[in-house]
Amino acid sequence: MDETTSKLAFDTDWQYDPAPESTDHIRIDEQYELFIGGEFVAPKEGRYFDSINPANEQVLARVAAAGKDDVARAVKAARKAYQTSWSTLKPAERGKYIYRIARVLQERAREFAVIETLDGGKPIRESRDIDIPLAAAHFFYYAGWADKLEYAFPGKQVAALGVAGQIIPWNFPLLMAAWKIAPALACGNTVVLKPAETTPLTALKLAEVIRDAGLPPGVVNIVTGAGDTGAALVDHPDIDKIAFTGSTAVGRSIQKSLAGTSTKYTLELGGKAANIIFADAAIDEAVEGIVNGIFFNQGHVCCAGSRLLVQESVADEVIRKLKDRMESLIVGDPMDKNTDIGAINSPAQLAKIEDYLRIGQAEGGEMYQSSATLPTTGYWCRPTLFTGVSQSNRVVQEEIFGPVLAIQTFRTLEEGLDKANNTPYGLSGGVWTDKGAKIFKMTRAIRAGVIWANTFNKFDPASPFGGYKESGMGREGGLHGLDAYLELS
Amino acid sequence: MSTPASTSSSPLPRLDLVSRVDQTGVEERVARFCKRSIKKASKMQALKLALGMIDLTTLEGQDTPGKVRQLCQKAIHLHDSIPGLPHVAAVCVYPVMVGVARKALDDQGLAGEIKVASVATAFPSGMSPLHIKLEETKIAVAEGADEIDMVISRGAFLRGDYGYVFDEIAAVRDACGEAHLKVILETGELGTLDQVRRASVLAMHAGADFIKTSTGKIQPAATMPVTLVMLQAIRDHYYETGRQVGMKPAGGISKAKLAIQYLVMLRETLGQAWMAPEWFRFGASSLANDLIMQIQKQQTGVYQSADYFSKD
Repeated sequence: MDETTSKLAFDTDWQYDPAPESTDHIRIDEQYELFIGGEFVAPKEGRYFDSINPANEQVLARVAAAGKDDVARAVKAARKAYQTSWSTLKPAERGKYIYRIARVLQERAREFAVIETLDGGKPIRESRDIDIPLAAAHFFYYAGWADKLEYAFPGKQVAALGVAGQIIPWNFPLLMAAWKIAPALACGNTVVLKPAETTPLTALKLAEVIRDAGLPPGVVNIVTGAGDTGAALVDHPDIDKIAFTGSTAVGRSIQKSLAGTSTKYTLELGGKAANIIFADAAIDEAVEGIVNGIFFNQGHVCCAGSRLLVQESVADEVIRKLKDRMESLIVGDPMDKNTDIGAINSPAQLAKIEDYLRIGQAEGGEMYQSSATLPTTGYWCRPTLFTGVSQSNRVVQEEIFGPVLAIQTFRTLEEGLDKANNTPYGLSGGVWTDKGAKIFKMTRAIRAGVIWANTFNKFDPASPFGGYKESGMGREGGLHGLDAYLELS
Repeated sequence: MSTPASTSSSPLPRLDLVSRVDQTGVEERVARFCKRSIKKASKMQALKLALGMIDLTTLEGQDTPGKVRQLCQKAIHLHDSIPGLPHVAAVCVYPVMVGVARKALDDQGLAGEIKVASVATAFPSGMSPLHIKLEETKIAVAEGADEIDMVISRGAFLRGDYGYVFDEIAAVRDACGEAHLKVILETGELGTLDQVRRASVLAMHAGADFIKTSTGKIQPAATMPVTLVMLQAIRDHYYETGRQVGMKPAGGISKAKLAIQYLVMLRETLGQAWMAPEWFRFGASSLANDLIMQIQKQQTGVYQSADYFSKD
């Protein structure tokens, strides 16, 4: 292959005009309070923080910062709701409420998609087609389980745990709220949820939905704030269960502070998934899978396929096609329906990604970025590849949480497998081959919670999700997700 | 059937080494193309581009010189009340109508601007002896065809006689002389996308200037997944040899919206070099009027009745 003479040009005469999704149908208040006991209440200490649109750095709203006392108030409201209403309700009635949330989410899907994109920077195509429909699907799925729990675990008695404290990240704000709230409610628990400080708006909109759906006051409480709010929730003595999704560092500190207590916990933490391409794979579809694996949601995905392992005999072809494909990825205004890669969620995250770009180059990796033109305001990162890196490079070892792919080659199945497992993480993985037997061999031997074959980043409420090793413990989704919110005896 | 001696310089490609295709993945990629939102000036540009890429086609047993002359008139005067419209790329007819079409276009001084394409090689089935196919091809070229749309022998391909198919294409290529050769794979008869990809590679190595999906006589005709697989084969051939091969989806593309989705797919798969009638064609008859109707709508904001657009 002669790359210099046969080069494709994607800077075409015919360009797509801007196709922005309209925002005239949504309402974002200037200020949001805490949602405690079925009402929006001001934080006791009167502290607020701004939620910023990362695509233009403008303030979207002021949001209450919950202190210790506010968290205590929320936990008290959740405990009261658990004792007086939610745990005494017939399970089918619980299911009805959850179905109601699901339906309202579907009805207001467009509004939620727009707010999710404004607040978090992800492309409207993704919030519209993935985040919001999946969030509704999780509520639908778990609503169905509410009155069938004993059938989920035959021969066992099932009982709710009580009050669940839930802490969620900024990469899939509404979807993570749904992953947490839906199974907890279906199992008869009440909830105190803390959204991430950079993306609180859809959770607060969800609070409106929950209020309008007529759930008994206190069944779901939403306390916004940063790390200290989360710590107050974890440290509260009257919590029966902590469910956390976020970084491994924070997960570790949660585990430490809960050690020796009766509080149960599930942790869904970081990842550095291997996406493994064999020479006999459908190469063009594999390239598409690589793109979906690492550039979906700007790479802010814990299960992102951030390590590409490609069999050496097809490495040149795969990398060449990947580079060409990257040229047709549109980076820019997340509200544009044609945008493929939106804004980096926060300046802090952008700084972290840029650090890794420097580290990768300083360690001798060869960096390649698409030629996309970036907007002048907001936080942006071009889709990026590193070649010439090995297991010893930090960009191969550490979670970057951005649109940065580290590419390595392997020669035999065994070598590919060794490299895939040679990581402290174990959240997800991908295998691309035309041979069924190879798929089974690889998927059994890769130590990761979710493994996709000939596809990547596919989610369904019925399918459990969770990690091995430093990627966490416990499973969310499916039957396994019920287990995490029940006492079985 | 006797195997003709290959006159092509390039050897039979190793079809067992051709990249595999995953149908689910292809369909997902196609779904992404269809989500591109094409508005305003960008839409207008696409509508005109598509119009200029049409091979305006009539391939009926009932075709007459009168019908073909009307078709040529339409090709030249698409809709004169809208200034600045391109003309179509070609008219596509049966061999016996090539002379009529040639004269109709030449008389209007449009020789070279609007091409005459002729199907040949016992279109649509291809079930004739090779010497008849070559003779038919030569006659069509002698009558004035600029482009020959041949069909491959699907039976030979499906029974694994790739050498026969390869040599046949190469022989027709030679018979074409100066005329451009489009090779119709008739993908609706090939069964799988893997077969489409192999047939594409075979045709390009044997000397095709264009590869084309369908005759229009078999369902399904052109689909976006099939076209994507062929575009990817074209790209790989270009990577490998540096030679550009054109693409022609034919049959079933009658709406402007679908045509624009094909252009999105073309743009994001092959890029700038292919975004021209020299390298991409739509084999279609009713598409032209829908494109014109949409152009009118873009300009005036309202749809006109179909009665205002000439049907020939």
